[in-house]
Amino acid sequence: MSKTITIALAGNPNAGKTTLFNTLTGARQHVGNYPGVTVEKKAGAYIFPSGEQATIVDLPGTYSLTAYSVEEVVARDYLVQEKPDVVINITDASNLERNLYLSTQLLELGVPMIIALNMIDVAQDRGITLDAQRLSDLLKVPVIPILARSGKGTPELMGNALELARKNTPWNPLHISYGEDVDLALRTMAECISEAGFMTDSYTPRWLALKYLEGDSQIQEKGRKNNPTVDAQLQEIVARVSAHLHQTMETYPEAIIADHRYGYLKSVLRQEVITHKFDIDRLHASDRIDKVLTNRFLGPLIMLGVLLGLYKFTFTYSALPVAWIETFFGWLGTILSGLLPDGHLKSMLISGVIDGMGGVLGFVPLIMFMFFGIAILEDSGYLARVAFMMDRVFRIFGLHGSSVMAYIVSGGIAGGCAVPGVMAARTLRSPRERLATLLTVSFMNCGAKLPVLALLTATFFSNNQAQLMFLLTLLAWGVALTAAKVLRLTVLRGESTPFVMELPPYRFPTFRGLLIHTWERTWQYIKKAGTTILAISILIWAMMTFPGLPKSEEEFFAQQRQEVTASADQTTEALSLKEKLAAIDTAQAGSSLRHSLAGRIGTAMESVSWLPGFDWRTNIALVGGFAAKEVIVTTLGTAYSLGETDPEANGSLAETLARDPHWNPVVALALIVFVMFYAPCFVTVVCISRESGSWKWGVFSICFNTGFAFLLATLVYQGGRALGFAG
Amino acid sequence: MPTILLREMQKDQSGTITAVKVGGELGRRIRDMGIVPGTRITIMGRAPLYDPVAIRIMGGTLTLRNSEADYIEVEPA
Repeated sequence: MSKTITIALAGNPNAGKTTLFNTLTGARQHVGNYPGVTVEKKAGAYIFPSGEQATIVDLPGTYSLTAYSVEEVVARDYLVQEKPDVVINITDASNLERNLYLSTQLLELGVPMIIALNMIDVAQDRGITLDAQRLSDLLKVPVIPILARSGKGTPELMGNALELARKNTPWNPLHISYGEDVDLALRTMAECISEAGFMTDSYTPRWLALKYLEGDSQIQEKGRKNNPTVDAQLQEIVARVSAHLHQTMETYPEAIIADHRYGYLKSVLRQEVITHKFDIDRLHASDRIDKVLTNRFLGPLIMLGVLLGLYKFTFTYSALPVAWIETFFGWLGTILSGLLPDGHLKSMLISGVIDGMGGVLGFVPLIMFMFFGIAILEDSGYLARVAFMMDRVFRIFGLHGSSVMAYIVSGGIAGGCAVPGVMAARTLRSPRERLATLLTVSFMNCGAKLPVLALLTATFFSNNQAQLMFLLTLLAWGVALTAAKVLRLTVLRGESTPFVMELPPYRFPTFRGLLIHTWERTWQYIKKAGTTILAISILIWAMMTFPGLPKSEEEFFAQQRQEVTASADQTTEALSLKEKLAAIDTAQAGSSLRHSLAGRIGTAMESVSWLPGFDWRTNIALVGGFAAKEVIVTTLGTAYSLGETDPEANGSLAETLARDPHWNPVVALALIVFVMFYAPCFVTVVCISRESGSWKWGVFSICFNTGFAFLLATLVYQGGRALGFAG
Repeated sequence: MPTILLREMQKDQSGTITAVKVGGELGRRIRDMGIVPGTRITIMGRAPLYDPVAIRIMGGTLTLRNSEADYIEVEPA
């Protein structure tokens, strides 16, 4: 048995890379992160018919191999450092010339590669005929037409990959001529690099020289660290050529290089590789759809409708499975409380573990439905249209049309998560727009806030729940955008960055792709729930249980109980005796919770939290919510179920709140507003810090958000009371 | 033939790019996406607020802001 073969998938975004990855690896996938950065690293297993095994790595989609974005750096570093046995370059056959631009860069790097011509059916429909054999002969790499969706052509593709891996040929970089000036500079620089042995263990001299000329900041930085003298020499040549080109032709080295790459491609494609049957400007089905969906008047209306539809879909269809899960955990709690003896263990299992897990898992169906909807929008190509239509608006707030992705993933369509949202902000190039997005995405209604919002709206605004939830989403957008503008005018002042983006053709999402997409994100949520939140749930249970009441107080309650029982013997009926005893139990539970660590913190906070109308129980829940927003509901639940002393009789939290005299719609609304905007959860704060490269911004987001939320919630509560809605 | 800026082009108008007069990151990004001299483009439409603009190039559709389109010179067909 030979070693496992490594195959990397590289290609433009929207070329069908992920579809091919799913087709090849099916469910045998592993999602991780590249070290140091938060770009997703997807790897999966593939077994050849001959029994050999391969690891398939899905590189992030890129248009180029310069260091324009983190994705490009990750893809390039992976290829150079990990040296995969084979690279499969997936190209969109209906848009081949642009797609082959990345291929030429891969060829220049010299990796052993195969070109997969994906979506040949679309190309055929568009009247494009491709001669794969001819292209293969000209580029000197195998070219295989495939349909990633159905898997057609993939056996041949993988057969070629295996053959190439077995050959194990050394890397063979392609040399393209870039015209006299650049070629001369390249030669001089390459010589200089070879002589000095400048980073030659990782890169070939010509490739390094090329990157210097292209103004590649990552490579130049590495070079400066590696050998400042050679770096200075190279920089000097680059400066000379740049000045010359600018004087004579008013152009830049990187422009010349790109032009010649395209020139090379054009010359290849012109040799009877590609023929167009129709006029190239012919309107495709996708363009006709766009005439409606991005229409000046209809477009925005349809967009609003689509987003509203997603809401209805999520809330309506997830209701039933949510109820099932709640029933299941209720049943589990009853069974367990019957089996276990009274004491701390029982209390921990029921109030800590089961309530905690139940509260979190109960929202899994909701999150699944929401992610399914988002996956449809993403995979169909509609999300890019949303960015296109929204850019003009976003720019007003000092953001970028691409910010919309980060906002939507974070919960702009409620139910996202700020953690991937913060990561999605990485596609933004400008540090300022990115930071502004990073710091404001957490204002969105993420999936973890939904339980709180859903609980409170269902309890206090049951007649207009869907409408209110929609309004709350609009409010989140309003606040996030305003905050972004404020940041861009103050701490993050500066210029805006390029908005060059592809509008991929509309496609029917594959069901399999949707399922994998949905499952991946849901699983991330469950994993978070299963680990962090379970631990926090138990921790909070402990904080709410210890230290217990002092002996003297326990004796006081026991004595009261005895008195009531004794005096009840003759006169009163059994029912009223039971009531009296229950009242004592509640009083005892109440005072022991107040006595606990959490109760002390919550009570101490009441000195300020009376302003937005929160009592100590809410305060405890909000403190817990900093660890993870999911915990808010479970903590409230634990606080109230502990208060009732009898875990077997724990009615739903909604009923408890509805009955509690402290609660009314104004308090609920103030809490909703506070939960929406206060400090992001700990995981998000960590991500913000990591993405922005400084803990300063993480701390900033905690203070900024909490201060803002406190102000707004106080305004709602005091305003509502003054207007007399608190009744 | 006179050249005009991409911003000045009307919907459905076609032309050939003659120059991309910008370097740095924006320039690189523009070229990565296939916007290079000698390439034919057609204006597909504009966003509801007239900005950004959608163009057809090399069989795909790209969007860019008017302020970015100002660097691109086109010879109208």
